[in-house]
Amino acid sequence: MTSELPVDPIAIDVGDLLQRTVASLYSHLVTRQTGRAVRMAIEARIHDAGDMSLSLIDLSEVTIMDFSCADEVVAKLLQGYQRPGRAEAFFVFRGVREPHRHQIEVVLERQGLAAVAETEPGRFELLGAATAEEVSSWQALEERGLLTEDEMAQGIAESRREEALDRLLRRRLAFRSPVTGRWHALSRLVSHLL
Amino acid sequence: MQVITIPGSLDHQTVDELLDGVASVEEGRRALFDGRHVRWVDPNGMLALLVGGAAAVQRGGAPPRLELPESADVLGYLSRMGFFREAQGVFEFEDRTPKRGSGPSDVLLEITPVRANVDVHEVVNRVQTRSGAILASKLGYPATAVVQFSVILSEVCQNIVEHAESPGWVAAQAYNWSKRLGRWVVVISVMDLGRGFRGSLGAEHAARYGDRWSDATALEAAFLHGLTRFPDSGRGQGIQQIRRQVQRWNGAITIRSGTARIGQVPEWDDAPPLTDGLAPFPGAQISIVLPARSAGDA
Repeated sequence: MTSELPVDPIAIDVGDLLQRTVASLYSHLVTRQTGRAVRMAIEARIHDAGDMSLSLIDLSEVTIMDFSCADEVVAKLLQGYQRPGRAEAFFVFRGVREPHRHQIEVVLERQGLAAVAETEPGRFELLGAATAEEVSSWQALEERGLLTEDEMAQGIAESRREEALDRLLRRRLAFRSPVTGRWHALSRLVSHLL
Repeated sequence: MQVITIPGSLDHQTVDELLDGVASVEEGRRALFDGRHVRWVDPNGMLALLVGGAAAVQRGGAPPRLELPESADVLGYLSRMGFFREAQGVFEFEDRTPKRGSGPSDVLLEITPVRANVDVHEVVNRVQTRSGAILASKLGYPATAVVQFSVILSEVCQNIVEHAESPGWVAAQAYNWSKRLGRWVVVISVMDLGRGFRGSLGAEHAARYGDRWSDATALEAAFLHGLTRFPDSGRGQGIQQIRRQVQRWNGAITIRSGTARIGQVPEWDDAPPLTDGLAPFPGAQISIVLPARSAGDA
Protein backbone atom coordinates (compact mmCIF):
# COMPACT_ATOMS: atom_id res chain seq x y z
CA MET A 1 0.00 0.00 0.00
CA THR A 2 1.52 3.36 -1.03
CA SER A 3 0.93 6.46 1.05
CA GLU A 4 -1.33 7.88 -1.66
CA LEU A 5 -3.22 4.72 -2.59
CA PRO A 6 -5.41 3.44 0.20
CA VAL A 7 -5.46 -0.15 -1.11
CA ASP A 8 -3.09 -2.95 -1.98
CA PRO A 9 -3.47 -3.88 -5.66
CA ILE A 10 -4.47 -7.50 -6.17
CA ALA A 11 -3.44 -9.78 -9.03
CA ILE A 12 -6.08 -12.12 -10.44
CA ASP A 13 -4.86 -14.77 -12.87
CA VAL A 14 -7.85 -15.60 -15.08
CA GLY A 15 -6.20 -18.71 -16.54
CA ASP A 16 -5.71 -20.06 -13.03
CA LEU A 17 -9.21 -19.02 -11.99
CA LEU A 18 -10.68 -20.73 -15.04
CA GLN A 19 -8.96 -24.02 -14.30
CA ARG A 20 -9.53 -24.00 -10.55
CA THR A 21 -13.11 -22.89 -10.29
CA VAL A 22 -14.93 -23.23 -13.57
CA ALA A 23 -13.81 -25.81 -16.06
CA SER A 24 -10.87 -27.80 -14.85
CA LEU A 25 -10.57 -29.67 -18.13
CA TYR A 26 -10.48 -26.66 -20.42
CA SER A 27 -8.24 -23.64 -20.64
CA HIS A 28 -10.34 -21.60 -23.04
CA LEU A 29 -12.46 -18.65 -22.09
CA VAL A 30 -15.46 -19.56 -24.23
CA THR A 31 -19.24 -19.58 -23.71
CA ARG A 32 -21.26 -17.01 -21.83
CA GLN A 33 -21.84 -19.38 -18.93
CA THR A 34 -18.10 -19.79 -18.43
CA GLY A 35 -17.52 -16.05 -18.72
CA ARG A 36 -20.23 -15.35 -16.17
CA ALA A 37 -18.73 -17.84 -13.71
CA VAL A 38 -15.26 -16.33 -14.12
CA ARG A 39 -16.63 -12.81 -13.67
CA MET A 40 -18.43 -13.85 -10.48
CA ALA A 41 -15.22 -15.40 -9.15
CA ILE A 42 -13.38 -12.15 -9.86
CA GLU A 43 -16.14 -10.15 -8.16
CA ALA A 44 -15.86 -12.39 -5.10
CA ARG A 45 -12.13 -11.59 -4.87
CA ILE A 46 -12.86 -7.88 -5.22
CA HIS A 47 -15.59 -8.06 -2.61
CA ASP A 48 -13.05 -9.39 -0.14
CA ALA A 49 -10.82 -6.38 -0.87
CA GLY A 50 -13.30 -3.92 0.63
CA ASP A 51 -14.82 -0.63 -0.53
CA MET A 52 -11.95 0.31 -2.83
CA SER A 53 -9.80 -1.97 -4.93
CA LEU A 54 -7.33 -2.03 -7.79
CA SER A 55 -7.12 -5.34 -9.64
CA LEU A 56 -4.66 -6.57 -12.23
CA ILE A 57 -6.72 -9.00 -14.30
CA ASP A 58 -4.19 -11.27 -15.99
CA LEU A 59 -5.29 -12.88 -19.26
CA SER A 60 -1.80 -14.08 -20.25
CA GLU A 61 -2.59 -17.77 -19.79
CA VAL A 62 -5.88 -17.69 -21.70
CA THR A 63 -5.49 -19.15 -25.19
CA ILE A 64 -8.91 -18.48 -26.72
CA MET A 65 -11.41 -15.84 -25.63
CA ASP A 66 -14.67 -15.51 -27.52
CA PHE A 67 -16.95 -12.45 -27.71
CA SER A 68 -19.38 -13.81 -25.11
CA CYS A 69 -16.59 -14.20 -22.57
CA ALA A 70 -15.04 -10.84 -23.46
CA ASP A 71 -18.44 -9.30 -22.81
CA GLU A 72 -18.82 -11.05 -19.44
CA VAL A 73 -15.24 -10.91 -18.13
CA VAL A 74 -14.33 -7.42 -19.34
CA ALA A 75 -17.39 -5.33 -20.30
CA LYS A 76 -19.84 -6.57 -17.67
CA LEU A 77 -17.15 -6.55 -15.00
CA LEU A 78 -16.46 -2.86 -15.68
CA GLN A 79 -20.14 -1.98 -16.06
CA GLY A 80 -21.04 -3.61 -12.78
CA TYR A 81 -18.69 -1.39 -10.82
CA GLN A 82 -19.84 1.78 -12.51
CA ARG A 83 -23.32 1.42 -11.05
CA PRO A 84 -24.14 3.70 -8.12
CA GLY A 85 -23.70 2.04 -4.76
CA ARG A 86 -21.08 -0.48 -5.88
CA ALA A 87 -17.57 -0.57 -4.42
CA GLU A 88 -14.99 1.68 -6.08
CA ALA A 89 -13.04 -0.76 -8.24
CA PHE A 90 -10.19 0.03 -10.64
CA PHE A 91 -8.93 -2.44 -13.21
CA VAL A 92 -5.87 -3.04 -15.36
CA PHE A 93 -6.05 -5.91 -17.85
CA ARG A 94 -2.79 -7.73 -18.45
CA GLY A 95 -1.82 -9.98 -21.36
CA VAL A 96 -4.22 -8.45 -23.90
CA ARG A 97 -2.25 -9.74 -26.86
CA GLU A 98 -3.35 -10.09 -30.46
CA PRO A 99 -5.56 -13.18 -29.92
CA HIS A 100 -7.79 -11.37 -27.38
CA ARG A 101 -7.45 -7.74 -28.33
CA HIS A 102 -10.07 -7.62 -31.07
CA GLN A 103 -12.76 -9.32 -28.98
CA ILE A 104 -12.09 -6.98 -26.04
CA GLU A 105 -12.10 -3.85 -28.21
CA VAL A 106 -15.38 -4.88 -29.85
CA VAL A 107 -17.25 -5.43 -26.58
CA LEU A 108 -15.87 -2.25 -24.99
CA GLU A 109 -16.82 -0.09 -27.95
CA ARG A 110 -20.26 -1.62 -28.20
CA GLN A 111 -20.97 -0.77 -24.56
CA GLY A 112 -19.27 2.65 -24.65
CA LEU A 113 -16.63 1.49 -22.17
CA ALA A 114 -12.87 1.90 -21.98
CA ALA A 115 -10.18 -0.03 -20.12
CA VAL A 116 -6.47 0.19 -19.39
CA ALA A 117 -4.70 -2.82 -20.91
CA GLU A 118 -1.15 -4.10 -21.18
CA THR A 119 -0.97 -5.03 -24.86
CA GLU A 120 2.73 -5.90 -24.96
CA PRO A 121 5.09 -6.42 -22.05
CA GLY A 122 5.47 -3.01 -20.44
CA ARG A 123 3.22 -1.23 -22.96
CA PHE A 124 -0.18 0.00 -21.81
CA GLU A 125 -3.02 1.30 -23.98
CA LEU A 126 -6.45 2.74 -23.47
CA LEU A 127 -8.81 0.36 -25.30
CA GLY A 128 -12.44 0.97 -26.18
CA ALA A 129 -14.52 4.14 -26.45
CA ALA A 130 -12.80 7.37 -25.40
CA THR A 131 -12.84 10.98 -26.56
CA ALA A 132 -9.74 12.66 -27.99
CA GLU A 133 -9.37 14.66 -24.75
CA GLU A 134 -9.61 11.55 -22.60
CA VAL A 135 -7.00 9.79 -24.73
CA SER A 136 -4.54 12.70 -24.69
CA SER A 137 -4.88 13.21 -20.92
CA TRP A 138 -4.58 9.50 -20.28
CA GLN A 139 -1.50 9.23 -22.53
CA ALA A 140 0.20 12.15 -20.82
CA LEU A 141 -0.42 10.49 -17.48
CA GLU A 142 0.70 7.09 -18.73
CA GLU A 143 3.97 8.50 -20.05
CA ARG A 144 4.94 10.12 -16.77
CA GLY A 145 3.11 7.93 -14.28
CA LEU A 146 2.31 10.75 -11.85
CA LEU A 147 1.01 14.25 -12.59
CA THR A 148 -0.43 17.23 -10.80
CA GLU A 149 -3.87 18.55 -11.68
CA ASP A 150 -2.33 21.39 -13.71
CA GLU A 151 -0.08 19.02 -15.60
CA MET A 152 -3.04 16.77 -16.36
CA ALA A 153 -5.00 19.67 -17.81
CA GLN A 154 -2.27 20.79 -20.19
CA GLY A 155 -3.19 20.46 -23.83
CA ILE A 156 -6.94 20.33 -23.22
CA ALA A 157 -9.05 23.34 -24.20
CA GLU A 158 -10.14 25.09 -21.03
CA SER A 159 -13.83 24.72 -21.82
CA ARG A 160 -13.51 20.91 -21.99
CA ARG A 161 -10.86 20.41 -19.34
CA GLU A 162 -13.06 19.79 -16.33
CA GLU A 163 -15.34 17.39 -18.16
CA ALA A 164 -12.48 15.38 -19.66
CA LEU A 165 -10.67 14.90 -16.36
CA ASP A 166 -13.90 14.18 -14.54
CA ARG A 167 -14.71 11.49 -17.08
CA LEU A 168 -11.32 9.82 -16.63
CA LEU A 169 -11.99 9.61 -12.91
CA ARG A 170 -15.61 8.52 -13.21
CA ARG A 171 -14.64 5.82 -15.68
CA ARG A 172 -11.86 4.77 -13.28
CA LEU A 173 -9.18 5.02 -15.96
CA ALA A 174 -6.89 6.96 -13.64
CA PHE A 175 -6.51 7.34 -9.89
CA ARG A 176 -6.44 10.66 -8.05
CA SER A 177 -5.01 10.61 -4.57
CA PRO A 178 -7.47 11.85 -1.98
CA VAL A 179 -4.42 12.89 0.10
CA THR A 180 -2.36 14.98 -2.34
CA GLY A 181 -4.71 15.43 -5.29
CA ARG A 182 -2.05 14.04 -7.61
CA TRP A 183 -3.00 11.81 -10.53
CA HIS A 184 -1.57 8.30 -10.84
CA ALA A 185 -1.45 6.12 -13.93
CA LEU A 186 -3.04 2.78 -13.05
CA SER A 187 -0.14 0.97 -14.73
CA ARG A 188 2.27 2.61 -12.28
CA LEU A 189 0.21 1.46 -9.31
CA VAL A 190 0.33 -2.19 -10.39
CA SER A 191 3.91 -2.15 -11.71
CA HIS A 192 5.20 -4.21 -8.77
CA LEU A 193 2.79 -7.00 -9.70
CA LEU A 194 4.00 -7.29 -13.31
CA MET B 1 -43.72 -45.01 -46.57
CA GLN B 2 -42.91 -41.62 -48.09
CA VAL B 3 -39.71 -41.59 -50.11
CA ILE B 4 -37.31 -38.64 -49.94
CA THR B 5 -34.68 -38.80 -52.64
CA ILE B 6 -31.33 -37.51 -51.39
CA PRO B 7 -29.51 -35.41 -54.04
CA GLY B 8 -26.51 -37.16 -55.57
CA SER B 9 -24.31 -34.28 -54.51
CA LEU B 10 -25.41 -33.30 -51.02
CA ASP B 11 -23.73 -30.08 -49.98
CA HIS B 12 -24.47 -26.46 -49.01
CA GLN B 13 -26.05 -25.84 -52.42
CA THR B 14 -28.49 -28.75 -52.31
CA VAL B 15 -29.46 -29.15 -48.66
CA ASP B 16 -32.60 -27.03 -49.08
CA GLU B 17 -33.86 -29.60 -51.59
CA LEU B 18 -33.51 -32.29 -48.92
CA LEU B 19 -34.98 -30.20 -46.08
CA ASP B 20 -37.92 -29.12 -48.26
CA GLY B 21 -38.52 -32.80 -49.03
CA VAL B 22 -38.59 -33.66 -45.32
CA ALA B 23 -41.03 -30.81 -44.69
CA SER B 24 -43.41 -32.43 -47.15
CA VAL B 25 -43.63 -35.71 -45.16
CA GLU B 26 -47.19 -36.18 -44.00
CA GLU B 27 -47.84 -36.25 -40.24
CA GLY B 28 -47.56 -39.76 -38.83
CA ARG B 29 -46.20 -41.23 -42.06
CA ARG B 30 -42.88 -43.04 -42.02
CA ALA B 31 -40.16 -41.62 -44.27
CA LEU B 32 -37.55 -43.40 -46.33
CA PHE B 33 -34.41 -41.41 -47.14
CA ASP B 34 -33.05 -42.85 -50.35
CA GLY B 35 -29.31 -42.20 -50.39
CA ARG B 36 -28.26 -45.00 -52.71
CA HIS B 37 -27.04 -42.63 -55.41
CA VAL B 38 -25.20 -40.17 -53.22
CA ARG B 39 -21.74 -39.60 -54.72
CA TRP B 40 -20.61 -36.62 -52.68
CA VAL B 41 -21.50 -35.25 -49.28
CA ASP B 42 -20.07 -32.42 -47.18
CA PRO B 43 -20.68 -31.39 -43.53
CA ASN B 44 -23.82 -29.49 -44.55
CA GLY B 45 -25.17 -32.58 -46.27
CA MET B 46 -24.41 -34.87 -43.33
CA LEU B 47 -25.99 -32.57 -40.77
CA ALA B 48 -28.99 -31.97 -43.04
CA LEU B 49 -29.52 -35.72 -43.10
CA LEU B 50 -29.40 -35.87 -39.30
CA VAL B 51 -31.76 -32.93 -38.72
CA GLY B 52 -33.95 -34.16 -41.58
CA GLY B 53 -34.26 -37.60 -39.99
CA ALA B 54 -34.87 -36.12 -36.55
CA ALA B 55 -37.54 -33.78 -37.98
CA ALA B 56 -39.26 -36.74 -39.63
CA VAL B 57 -39.43 -38.44 -36.22
CA GLN B 58 -40.84 -35.21 -34.71
CA ARG B 59 -43.63 -35.29 -37.28
CA GLY B 60 -44.96 -38.35 -35.57
CA GLY B 61 -43.56 -41.06 -37.76
CA ALA B 62 -41.55 -44.08 -36.75
CA PRO B 63 -37.76 -43.67 -37.04
CA PRO B 64 -37.15 -43.12 -40.77
CA ARG B 65 -35.34 -45.66 -42.88
CA LEU B 66 -32.04 -44.63 -44.48
CA GLU B 67 -30.92 -46.41 -47.62
CA LEU B 68 -27.15 -46.12 -47.50
CA PRO B 69 -25.03 -44.86 -50.41
CA GLU B 70 -23.77 -47.54 -52.75
CA SER B 71 -20.42 -45.78 -53.07
CA ALA B 72 -17.82 -47.32 -50.77
CA ASP B 73 -15.94 -44.02 -50.78
CA VAL B 74 -18.96 -42.11 -49.52
CA LEU B 75 -19.67 -44.75 -46.87
CA GLY B 76 -16.05 -44.61 -45.72
CA TYR B 77 -16.13 -40.83 -45.56
CA LEU B 78 -19.42 -40.81 -43.60
CA SER B 79 -17.83 -43.23 -41.18
CA ARG B 80 -14.69 -41.10 -40.73
CA MET B 81 -16.85 -38.05 -40.05
CA GLY B 82 -18.70 -39.93 -37.29
CA PHE B 83 -22.01 -39.85 -39.15
CA PHE B 84 -23.15 -43.36 -38.29
CA ARG B 85 -22.54 -42.90 -34.57
CA GLU B 86 -24.99 -39.98 -34.56
CA ALA B 87 -27.35 -41.54 -37.11
CA GLN B 88 -27.98 -44.55 -34.84
CA GLY B 89 -30.27 -42.46 -32.70
CA VAL B 90 -32.12 -41.06 -35.69
CA PHE B 91 -32.44 -43.61 -38.53
CA GLU B 92 -32.89 -47.29 -39.06
CA PHE B 93 -30.26 -48.47 -41.53
CA GLU B 94 -28.53 -51.60 -42.71
CA ASP B 95 -25.53 -52.72 -40.68
CA ARG B 96 -22.95 -52.56 -43.47
CA THR B 97 -21.15 -49.42 -42.39
CA PRO B 98 -17.35 -49.49 -42.43
CA LYS B 99 -15.59 -49.43 -39.09
CA ARG B 100 -13.65 -46.29 -38.29
CA GLY B 101 -9.89 -46.74 -38.43
CA SER B 102 -7.77 -46.23 -35.36
CA GLY B 103 -5.08 -44.21 -37.16
CA PRO B 104 -4.76 -40.44 -37.11
CA SER B 105 -7.82 -38.73 -38.55
CA ASP B 106 -7.72 -36.33 -41.50
CA VAL B 107 -11.00 -34.79 -40.34
CA LEU B 108 -11.02 -31.19 -39.12
CA LEU B 109 -14.03 -31.65 -36.85
CA GLU B 110 -16.11 -34.83 -36.82
CA ILE B 111 -19.86 -34.51 -36.39
CA THR B 112 -20.19 -33.44 -32.78
CA PRO B 113 -23.44 -33.06 -30.85
CA VAL B 114 -23.99 -29.70 -29.18
CA ARG B 115 -26.30 -29.82 -26.19
CA ALA B 116 -24.60 -27.76 -23.51
CA ASN B 117 -21.70 -25.41 -22.78
CA VAL B 118 -19.33 -28.29 -22.14
CA ASP B 119 -19.81 -29.40 -25.76
CA VAL B 120 -18.74 -25.96 -27.00
CA HIS B 121 -15.56 -26.25 -24.92
CA GLU B 122 -14.95 -29.68 -26.46
CA VAL B 123 -15.40 -28.31 -30.00
CA VAL B 124 -12.96 -25.44 -29.36
CA ASN B 125 -10.45 -27.83 -27.80
CA ARG B 126 -10.55 -30.12 -30.82
CA VAL B 127 -10.32 -27.49 -33.54
CA GLN B 128 -7.67 -25.55 -31.71
CA THR B 129 -5.32 -28.51 -31.88
CA ARG B 130 -6.25 -29.63 -35.39
CA SER B 131 -7.05 -26.51 -37.38
CA GLY B 132 -3.70 -24.72 -37.26
CA ALA B 133 -1.96 -26.88 -39.83
CA ILE B 134 -4.98 -26.99 -42.17
CA LEU B 135 -5.65 -23.24 -42.03
CA ALA B 136 -1.99 -22.50 -42.70
CA SER B 137 -1.11 -25.16 -45.29
CA LYS B 138 -4.40 -25.46 -47.20
CA LEU B 139 -5.87 -21.96 -46.86
CA GLY B 140 -2.71 -19.89 -46.42
CA TYR B 141 -4.12 -18.14 -43.34
CA PRO B 142 -1.74 -16.68 -40.73
CA ALA B 143 -1.01 -18.59 -37.52
CA THR B 144 -3.29 -16.26 -35.55
CA ALA B 145 -6.27 -17.41 -37.66
CA VAL B 146 -6.64 -20.44 -35.37
CA VAL B 147 -7.98 -18.13 -32.68
CA GLN B 148 -10.52 -16.41 -34.92
CA PHE B 149 -11.54 -19.78 -36.38
CA SER B 150 -12.08 -21.17 -32.87
CA VAL B 151 -14.04 -18.06 -31.88
CA ILE B 152 -16.31 -18.49 -34.91
CA LEU B 153 -17.03 -22.09 -33.92
CA SER B 154 -17.60 -21.14 -30.31
CA GLU B 155 -20.08 -18.41 -31.15
CA VAL B 156 -21.93 -20.39 -33.78
CA CYS B 157 -22.30 -23.40 -31.44
CA GLN B 158 -23.46 -21.16 -28.61
CA ASN B 159 -26.28 -20.09 -30.86
CA ILE B 160 -27.68 -23.58 -30.29
CA VAL B 161 -27.13 -23.59 -26.52
CA GLU B 162 -28.38 -20.04 -25.92
CA HIS B 163 -31.22 -19.70 -28.39
CA ALA B 164 -32.37 -23.00 -29.89
CA GLU B 165 -33.39 -24.75 -26.65
CA SER B 166 -32.81 -27.98 -28.51
CA PRO B 167 -29.72 -30.05 -29.31
CA GLY B 168 -27.86 -29.74 -32.57
CA TRP B 169 -24.71 -30.80 -34.35
CA VAL B 170 -21.55 -29.20 -35.72
CA ALA B 171 -18.98 -30.49 -38.23
CA ALA B 172 -16.15 -29.05 -40.34
CA GLN B 173 -13.82 -30.29 -43.04
CA ALA B 174 -11.35 -28.99 -45.61
CA TYR B 175 -11.80 -29.75 -49.34
CA ASN B 176 -9.99 -28.99 -52.54
CA TRP B 177 -12.60 -27.22 -54.67
CA SER B 178 -10.38 -27.47 -57.71
CA LYS B 179 -13.22 -27.39 -60.27
CA ARG B 180 -15.62 -25.09 -58.46
CA LEU B 181 -13.20 -22.43 -57.21
CA GLY B 182 -9.67 -23.59 -57.99
CA ARG B 183 -8.81 -23.38 -54.31
CA TRP B 184 -9.06 -25.22 -51.02
CA VAL B 185 -11.95 -24.35 -48.72
CA VAL B 186 -13.00 -25.16 -45.18
CA VAL B 187 -16.70 -25.93 -44.81
CA ILE B 188 -18.36 -25.49 -41.40
CA SER B 189 -21.91 -26.59 -40.73
CA VAL B 190 -24.02 -26.10 -37.60
CA MET B 191 -27.64 -27.26 -37.48
CA ASP B 192 -30.36 -27.67 -34.89
CA LEU B 193 -34.06 -28.40 -34.66
CA GLY B 194 -34.87 -25.77 -32.06
CA ARG B 195 -37.07 -22.71 -32.03
CA GLY B 196 -35.44 -21.00 -34.98
CA PHE B 197 -34.78 -17.26 -35.21
CA ARG B 198 -38.44 -16.30 -35.49
CA GLY B 199 -39.31 -18.32 -32.39
CA SER B 200 -36.37 -17.01 -30.41
CA LEU B 201 -36.98 -13.34 -31.23
CA GLY B 202 -40.77 -13.31 -31.47
CA ALA B 203 -41.79 -12.44 -27.91
CA GLU B 204 -39.41 -9.48 -27.80
CA HIS B 205 -39.57 -8.06 -31.33
CA ALA B 206 -42.57 -9.38 -33.32
CA ALA B 207 -44.92 -6.58 -32.23
CA ARG B 208 -42.68 -3.89 -33.70
CA TYR B 209 -42.74 -5.58 -37.09
CA GLY B 210 -46.51 -6.19 -37.11
CA ASP B 211 -47.69 -7.99 -40.24
CA ARG B 212 -44.18 -8.03 -41.66
CA TRP B 213 -42.93 -10.40 -38.93
CA SER B 214 -41.78 -13.63 -40.57
CA ASP B 215 -38.84 -16.01 -40.75
CA ALA B 216 -37.19 -13.65 -43.25
CA THR B 217 -37.57 -10.52 -41.11
CA ALA B 218 -36.44 -12.43 -38.01
CA LEU B 219 -33.30 -13.54 -39.85
CA GLU B 220 -32.67 -9.99 -41.08
CA ALA B 221 -33.13 -8.66 -37.54
CA ALA B 222 -30.54 -11.05 -36.09
CA PHE B 223 -28.15 -11.37 -39.01
CA LEU B 224 -28.05 -7.76 -40.18
CA HIS B 225 -29.00 -5.79 -37.07
CA GLY B 226 -27.76 -8.01 -34.20
CA LEU B 227 -31.10 -8.24 -32.39
CA THR B 228 -31.58 -10.96 -29.80
CA ARG B 229 -34.32 -11.87 -27.36
CA PHE B 230 -32.23 -10.47 -24.52
CA PRO B 231 -32.57 -6.79 -23.60
CA ASP B 232 -28.86 -6.79 -22.66
CA SER B 233 -26.94 -4.70 -25.22
CA GLY B 234 -23.92 -6.98 -24.83
CA ARG B 235 -25.84 -9.74 -26.59
CA GLY B 236 -26.10 -10.25 -30.33
CA GLN B 237 -22.43 -9.70 -31.07
CA GLY B 238 -21.68 -13.31 -31.95
CA ILE B 239 -23.35 -13.48 -35.35
CA GLN B 240 -22.32 -9.92 -36.20
CA GLN B 241 -18.68 -10.66 -35.53
CA ILE B 242 -18.82 -14.01 -37.34
CA ARG B 243 -20.17 -12.17 -40.40
CA ARG B 244 -17.34 -9.65 -40.27
CA GLN B 245 -14.64 -12.31 -39.86
CA VAL B 246 -16.08 -14.42 -42.68
CA GLN B 247 -16.10 -11.30 -44.87
CA ARG B 248 -12.46 -10.56 -43.99
CA TRP B 249 -11.58 -14.05 -45.20
CA ASN B 250 -13.72 -13.56 -48.34
CA GLY B 251 -15.95 -16.42 -47.21
CA ALA B 252 -19.66 -17.16 -47.44
CA ILE B 253 -22.16 -17.59 -44.62
CA THR B 254 -25.82 -18.51 -44.98
CA ILE B 255 -28.48 -19.29 -42.38
CA ARG B 256 -31.73 -21.08 -43.04
CA SER B 257 -34.46 -20.81 -40.45
CA GLY B 258 -38.08 -21.74 -41.06
CA THR B 259 -39.06 -20.72 -44.59
CA ALA B 260 -36.15 -18.36 -45.31
CA ARG B 261 -32.42 -18.39 -45.88
CA ILE B 262 -30.25 -15.31 -45.51
CA GLY B 263 -26.66 -15.00 -46.58
CA GLN B 264 -23.59 -12.90 -46.93
CA VAL B 265 -21.93 -14.18 -50.05
CA PRO B 266 -18.75 -13.07 -51.82
CA GLU B 267 -18.38 -12.58 -55.57
CA TRP B 268 -17.35 -16.21 -56.12
CA ASP B 269 -20.68 -17.53 -54.81
CA ASP B 270 -23.88 -16.97 -56.76
CA ALA B 271 -26.27 -17.66 -53.86
CA PRO B 272 -28.89 -14.91 -53.37
CA PRO B 273 -28.64 -12.77 -50.22
CA LEU B 274 -32.18 -13.74 -49.18
CA THR B 275 -34.45 -16.60 -50.18
CA ASP B 276 -38.00 -16.75 -48.88
CA GLY B 277 -40.86 -19.18 -49.42
CA LEU B 278 -38.97 -22.38 -48.60
CA ALA B 279 -40.89 -25.23 -47.00
CA PRO B 280 -41.18 -24.68 -43.23
CA PHE B 281 -38.39 -26.52 -41.43
CA PRO B 282 -37.68 -26.21 -37.71
CA GLY B 283 -34.55 -24.79 -36.11
CA ALA B 284 -31.60 -23.08 -37.76
CA GLN B 285 -29.11 -24.41 -40.29
CA ILE B 286 -25.86 -22.46 -40.68
CA SER B 287 -23.27 -22.95 -43.39
CA ILE B 288 -19.89 -21.22 -43.57
CA VAL B 289 -17.39 -21.66 -46.42
CA LEU B 290 -13.91 -20.19 -45.97
CA PRO B 291 -11.71 -20.18 -49.09
CA ALA B 292 -7.93 -20.26 -49.35
CA ARG B 293 -6.27 -16.90 -49.81
CA SER B 294 -5.68 -16.10 -53.44
CA ALA B 295 -2.97 -13.98 -55.00
CA GLY B 296 -5.33 -10.99 -55.19
CA ASP B 297 -6.22 -11.02 -51.48
CA ALA B 298 -4.83 -8.21 -49.36
